[in-house]
Amino acid sequence: MTAPEEFELASDGLVRAYVITKGRGLPDEQQLSLITLVTAAPDEDRRPQQLSPEEQRLLDICSAGYLSVAEIAGHTKLPLGVVRIVLAGLTEGGHLITRAPVPRARDADRRLLEEVLHGLQTKFG
Amino acid sequence: MVFRPSSADGQSLDKQDYVQGGATQTAVKILVVGHFAVGKTTFIGSISEIEPLSTEETMTRAAAAVDDLKGVRGKTTTTVAMDFGRLTVSERVVLYLFGTPGQLRFVQMWEDMARGALGALILVDPERLADSFAVIDLIEQYGLDYAIAVNHFDGNPQRAEASLREALDLLDDTPVVTCDARDEKSSAAALTTLVRYLLDRAS
Ligand SMILES: Nc1nc2c(ncn2[C@@H]2O[C@H](COP(=O)(O)OP(=O)(O)O)[C@@H](O)[C@H]2O)c(=O)[nH]1
Ligand SMILES: [Mg+2]
Repeated sequence: MTAPEEFELASDGLVRAYVITKGRGLPDEQQLSLITLVTAAPDEDRRPQQLSPEEQRLLDICSAGYLSVAEIAGHTKLPLGVVRIVLAGLTEGGHLITRAPVPRARDADRRLLEEVLHGLQTKFG
Repeated sequence: MVFRPSSADGQSLDKQDYVQGGATQTAVKILVVGHFAVGKTTFIGSISEIEPLSTEETMTRAAAAVDDLKGVRGKTTTTVAMDFGRLTVSERVVLYLFGTPGQLRFVQMWEDMARGALGALILVDPERLADSFAVIDLIEQYGLDYAIAVNHFDGNPQRAEASLREALDLLDDTPVVTCDARDEKSSAAALTTLVRYLLDRAS
């Protein structure tokens, strides 16, 4: 794990975030799934924290509305794994609100599927 | 939809880029899969309300991404592993469509995509049926219900559904529809067929 290039890059905030969070393991997969919806928390809910430039950048993107984790990765062109780790750190600091998808269950599925079907019919007739 | 490069700096996102009614939305996803050049990106683009986005999964690209952020190296050799689009179907539900080729080298990505998916639409080129076996196997391995959308490219002869079913070894109740992925209504109709089938299976 000490390839020269990694050592060299270790001063960068993103790699630091990666290295720091790696010790705690990857963020909970359900909590930050591809389709978990994320937005910035109100200021008063945030814990004082020194944000890295990358954390600040993702927080900025999340400040104007909800985006899925996948969309955040797509817009920033960052690998999903990195985005998850940075978002997990921000969530821990109270900077983000996350809406994980509902767990799969037969009744819930049926309702959701009915709504999807109805939406498709309405939109595309 | 107007083409606009997605913002690497994230500064220029428009209001429409954000999930409509995000605070009350439940997100669901359906996979759109198939071999290379079968029409996945075209399909997603034809019905997505956002310009389709793409991303890759691997952690190992972190260093490349950092170089890119600092502008040290102009070019990163990233492998695009999936693309996706979004469709707000109601005030409560937003549907994401995730497309990826059937390559097991992206195992982590396949697990992420398949977990919690409502089902999968498998795009098939009738001229290249053998190329679809691997994808169908993967979708079955992940236990997802699926429908087949036969993407008819211009000039290709129609292939009888029965022979296609036999060649792909499909169950009798697996829906098979033809579609033109470039056409919004045609893509939506294929997706509707899948959703009806999923609803039947859930009832
Ligand atoms: N004639 C025809 N061409 C299509 C259709 N769907 C996709 N294409 C074309 O086939 C090529 C590959 O499509 P693409 O969506 O990139 O495939 P992907 O690799 O599965 O994402 C593109 O040039 C598309 O314009 C279709 O339904 N009919
Ligand atoms: Mg594609």
